[in-house]
Amino acid sequence: MNKTPLCAVHEKLGARMIDFSGWYMPVQYASIIEEHNAVREAAGLFDLFHMGEFWLTGPDALKNVQKIVTQDAEALSDRQIAYTPMCRPDGSIVDDLLVYRWNAEKFLLVVNASNIEKDYNWIKSQLSGDVKFDNQSNNTGLIAIQGPQAEAILQKLTRQRLKPIKFYWFTSGKVLDVECIISRTGYTGEEGFELYYPAEHSEKLWNALMEAGKDAGIKAIGLGARDTLRLEARLMLYGNDISDSTTPIEANLNWTVKFNKGAFTGSDVLKKQKEQGVSKTLVGFELGKGPAARHGYPIMKDGKKVGEVTSGTMAPTLKKNIGLGYVPPALNAIGTVLDIEIRGKNYPATVIETPFYTRARS
Amino acid sequence: MKFTKEHEWAKLDGDIVTVGITEYAAHQLGDVVFVELPANGSKVAMGKTFGTIESVKTVSDMYAPVSGEVVETNGELEGNPALVNESPMDAGWIVKIKVADSKEYDTLLSEADYKKICE
Repeated sequence: MNKTPLCAVHEKLGARMIDFSGWYMPVQYASIIEEHNAVREAAGLFDLFHMGEFWLTGPDALKNVQKIVTQDAEALSDRQIAYTPMCRPDGSIVDDLLVYRWNAEKFLLVVNASNIEKDYNWIKSQLSGDVKFDNQSNNTGLIAIQGPQAEAILQKLTRQRLKPIKFYWFTSGKVLDVECIISRTGYTGEEGFELYYPAEHSEKLWNALMEAGKDAGIKAIGLGARDTLRLEARLMLYGNDISDSTTPIEANLNWTVKFNKGAFTGSDVLKKQKEQGVSKTLVGFELGKGPAARHGYPIMKDGKKVGEVTSGTMAPTLKKNIGLGYVPPALNAIGTVLDIEIRGKNYPATVIETPFYTRARS
Repeated sequence: MKFTKEHEWAKLDGDIVTVGITEYAAHQLGDVVFVELPANGSKVAMGKTFGTIESVKTVSDMYAPVSGEVVETNGELEGNPALVNESPMDAGWIVKIKVADSKEYDTLLSEADYKKICE
């Protein structure tokens, strides 16, 4: 199993470690609910070393990014970031990623840990012209600090002014004496930052952030709370909510698909889906008191299976059972009552607006 | 008090066995968010599932340590499933079973044997 440079730190904190797609990762330290609440109310620290970082550089970098992702990288300013799917010609999603634009000749692509090899091979097969493609995943550390206190805590450790960095923008600068990419992004629905840096500095940064956040109530956050946080904010989990057999249009990610930039891989099929409709669409639902919906549970309507739950949990902030799943478009209206089959019994679920949770913006 | 390899405890009082999950199991599960309890009067069989327990991340079956009839379930768990984490061996008990054959109880693990399993 792959280990992150912070493995010993997690074990020392008493984390329960699991195999997460080949990575030995903390799922929880003490309590998923407490960790979840710490991020919503104070701050939380995430070790995300396992994520993949690819650099695409050279005179034809922009042209290539425009071809492989559905977002418009030409419309990005330098130092701006886009969340984007990356599709095959048939519209199916290879992965969802973050595209960091330094300038038209330099991009950082941040991909899911479970897809690093697949993505690398896919992107490589798509490239043309004068471009260099470099997988720096093993050398790049990534720590996220998330929560309403994240900015104040991080600001203690850097002279770089954080306030002017807007949501989905980044800058480079030193945190302690470590040169970092400081990015106002995250996977929690909360304010916060993600730091990319040479991996050998992981322990120094982690410990300094934990110390700086001590009085504010910072906690180390495992994959368990990472999942409940992202699901409340309706952020996609690749392999659950989107996959090799779904498209961005089916997943209601239309806002990430920019047809006016010109043709890109998958654009023909996606355009057709947008114009003519899809056979399944991702909806959010809530269940009453009782068992939680889980990945793979059948979604039923009038006794017939109409879809499957892709993600589900008891939502710690909302204190109710929520989930996502694909249903035929005729059943996607807010207020539609469906059933979730749980251990042979049907439990009513109502289609509701998403995101389930939106932070109060200051 | 006796134990099972499925990490339950059982305590015999007269012909009633009170059942819960162990401290070890509660810790492993993490925050319990739902306990599916059997109906009063339902029959349970030793080693067979009688309910499920859900934490934020996982769903686990619970197995009856002895055969018999469910005479009471812990209604507190409906509104406060976290009681299983707070007090797994006491206030977080799950069911009471009227035993059919008290010899079954004698075959369960001793505390010392159970502790070996957890190591």
